[in-house]
Amino acid sequence: MTQSGRKQKVKQHVIEEWTGKIVTSFCIVLLVVIIFSMVYFVATKGLSAFFKDGLKLSEIFGTTWKPDGEPPLFGALPFIIGSFSTSLLAAVIAAPLGISAALFMVEIMPNIGRKYLQPVIELLAGIPSVVYGFVGLSVIVPLYRDIFPGQGLGIAAGATVLSIMILPTITSIATDALASLPAGLKEGSYALGATRWQTLSRTVIPTTLPALMTGIVLGMARAFGEALAVQMVIGNAPHIPHSLFESTSTLTSVITLSMGNTVMGSMQNNVLWTLAFILMMMTFVFVFVVRWLERRAQR
Amino acid sequence: MSAKTKDKLATAVIVTLAGIIVLVMAGLLGFILVRGLGHVSFHFLTSAPQTIKEGGGIGPQLFNSLFLLVLTMIITVPLGLGAGIYMSEYAKPGKITDTIRLIVEVLSSFPSIVVGLFGLLVIVNTFGLGFSLFSGALALTVFNLPLMVRITEQGLSGVPAAQKEASLALGISKWKTIKSIMLPISMPVILTGTILAAGRVFGEAAALLFTAGMSSPRLDFTNWNPLSPTSPLNPFRPAETLAVHIWKINSEGLAPDAPQIAAGASAVLILMVLIFNLLARWVGRLMMKKFTAAK
Amino acid sequence: MKKSMLLVLTIILTLTLAACGSSSDNKPDNSSSAGNTSANSGKETNDKKELSGSILAVGSSALQPLVEQVSHSFMDENPKVSIQVQGGGSGTGLTQVSGGQADIGNSDVFASEKLDAGPAEELVDHQVAVVGMAAVINPEITVDNLTKDQLVKIFTGEITNWKDVGGADQKIQIINRPSSSGTRATFEKYALGTKTEDLQGAIQEDSSGTVKKLVKETPGAIGYLALSYLDESIKAVKYEGVEPTEDNVANGTYPVWAYEHMYTKGEPSEIVKTFLDYMLSDEVQNKDVVELGYIPASKMQIKRDVDGNITK
Repeated sequence: MTQSGRKQKVKQHVIEEWTGKIVTSFCIVLLVVIIFSMVYFVATKGLSAFFKDGLKLSEIFGTTWKPDGEPPLFGALPFIIGSFSTSLLAAVIAAPLGISAALFMVEIMPNIGRKYLQPVIELLAGIPSVVYGFVGLSVIVPLYRDIFPGQGLGIAAGATVLSIMILPTITSIATDALASLPAGLKEGSYALGATRWQTLSRTVIPTTLPALMTGIVLGMARAFGEALAVQMVIGNAPHIPHSLFESTSTLTSVITLSMGNTVMGSMQNNVLWTLAFILMMMTFVFVFVVRWLERRAQR
Repeated sequence: MSAKTKDKLATAVIVTLAGIIVLVMAGLLGFILVRGLGHVSFHFLTSAPQTIKEGGGIGPQLFNSLFLLVLTMIITVPLGLGAGIYMSEYAKPGKITDTIRLIVEVLSSFPSIVVGLFGLLVIVNTFGLGFSLFSGALALTVFNLPLMVRITEQGLSGVPAAQKEASLALGISKWKTIKSIMLPISMPVILTGTILAAGRVFGEAAALLFTAGMSSPRLDFTNWNPLSPTSPLNPFRPAETLAVHIWKINSEGLAPDAPQIAAGASAVLILMVLIFNLLARWVGRLMMKKFTAAK
Repeated sequence: MKKSMLLVLTIILTLTLAACGSSSDNKPDNSSSAGNTSANSGKETNDKKELSGSILAVGSSALQPLVEQVSHSFMDENPKVSIQVQGGGSGTGLTQVSGGQADIGNSDVFASEKLDAGPAEELVDHQVAVVGMAAVINPEITVDNLTKDQLVKIFTGEITNWKDVGGADQKIQIINRPSSSGTRATFEKYALGTKTEDLQGAIQEDSSGTVKKLVKETPGAIGYLALSYLDESIKAVKYEGVEPTEDNVANGTYPVWAYEHMYTKGEPSEIVKTFLDYMLSDEVQNKDVVELGYIPASKMQIKRDVDGNITK
């Protein structure tokens, strides 16, 4: 700062350098501490059902959930199946829609797409999940009840609501992937006389496939963890359903439904924490799948 | 089928699907706004909710949502900026950095209900903060922090390398370069991202059910002493946000006009999100203009 | 830039410190509220002592509206008192009062039904109101009365069509509650007399609002609700020929009801006791309690213990 001496300047330089390092390192350490404590607390709570209450691992994968029975049964398989089928179905519905929207915005009509479709999709991302659940219960459930046999609640209703919720995730990642594609690739294809669809289906989509998959998996992860909207439309019966329109449960819905009604430390409560732990572990699985896809994309 | 017809068909399908999205969106927005807006009035936005009588409003809930947003951002922004700067400028490529990046990614896709339960267990019970705005803000920080880190990283990586190197070559310390050269340049990106992240606070309910609580104590809007329990500014009071209020009315509402209140509150919530989106775009454009014009 | 950064960090630090500080300050404040009361009372010339302090009541979402409403009028009379009422469910309420985080735990069920014997014995029960429950059906169903036997058969899945209980040929859709729910426990204990299993395809909702909405909209639906939720959009059926009314609950002819409990750990502190007394005063019992559709505890002509034994 001043010209009084080189030494002072160097000292100042060093101090500044260290301030930066310390301040930012502190932030990152805090972040790491948060996640580790979170994993630690949920894990200890979730595993206490096994260690303290003597629950066997095979029991949690049973098919009967009867926490009040004699003896109590804590088979969580219906919830696990419910979570997987709901989020998978949601991804199946949302993926073609989301990727089409991305193609529309990047390849077909970039002007209209960027101006109208993008804000619309960003807004979809901002709508609170409670509102989605509310609309699902007021519109989608009665609709399904009239068209299909059953009460309207179930995997189909849950997946429909979720598919709209995860649409923005899939679309925005797909848009980024398509936009970052080297222009030469497409131009080469067009120069060879290929039509747009030929270019898209043979060049663009295969090259961006891992990135598109990343979007879909992240969308599924979001669907898997969504709680309130799903709980409102899924029906919550603790059984493996016979059809898509029969009431069933997901991991998140059973947690929201029963966590408040049970006393902390009781066996049922501990098992609910075990379910939360399973939910958390699934997040890890999803993230690892995404990583794996990203590595393939880089190759 | 010739390649040409196939091309036309495929284009038609893509356009149709994009159209469906717009239709669904329009239907959704229309449904919520048409049902809700009729109930929105100045009285509705400012008065307190009623348990069983008609005519309850959402005033305290609206205030709580905004206040929680501010609290969350006060905690999130500096932490996220710091962590983002570290990841983009200080972290050396290697196993540890990779691990941290993985952790940030995991954190960002954690189910909100798990975060809420963690908040209940640790923040509310173990730390003894109770159901309070502060507990809620901490839980929401857990959500928004990874987002903030990613936004900062994105912003900083958009800074032209030449500008950064020129500054370093002049003998300016790295920290100072980051602060006075790189952050201002990346400001439009960071700010836009931050506002969008802030909008998420509005919609979150699952995590707040377990941390910020489901009731709003009587608020005295003339009392601005943050330490008084009835002051709206006290961060250690329980607070029900708008999203939680919608959840509560839908589930246990006794007031005869509960469905209308829920619809009205949903409409208000959507409008707030809309305002945030527009604000983010506007600010982004404004900043971009300012920075490009100044140079 | 540097300064502003530092400033922000300082603010954070102060906030965090303040957080730690005041949270540790809060605790003694809560427990010593009785002390504050006597200190303040000297200043007051009125014969009414001015109370100050704060109360935290957590638990049953069914009881929450009542406690919330009463707390407002209590706070109007005692402006220095701050009462916070939280939902979260009976289990949460009992956990928190037993763990000392809350002053009052609201519950739909007896503490001994949820907690282990040890912690349950430490809690003192204050029965503030009675809530009656009725089986409700979609208004298009022509059935008016269901016997205990019929209800049991419906909820265990033995009868699946309304024509078997005197209605039209229509499939029965059960809208139940989750097995952890206090409302379900009451309904099973006093209306069915037996625990039922979760049937395949039956809907389970924990919130009365959603149950009501679904019963109203789903053809052939049956569920059960607290009397306060009843209106024209759904149809309440008689139980063994007895109408689900407040009078019938009070005189003991209609058996499907439960106490609403407010538990304290040990004997309540002065401020909590004053609030609970206010809760049981005629002013509240005959006004707010009735207004919200509960039945005043004082009006009950019979008493019932945790095992269901009735005394006059």
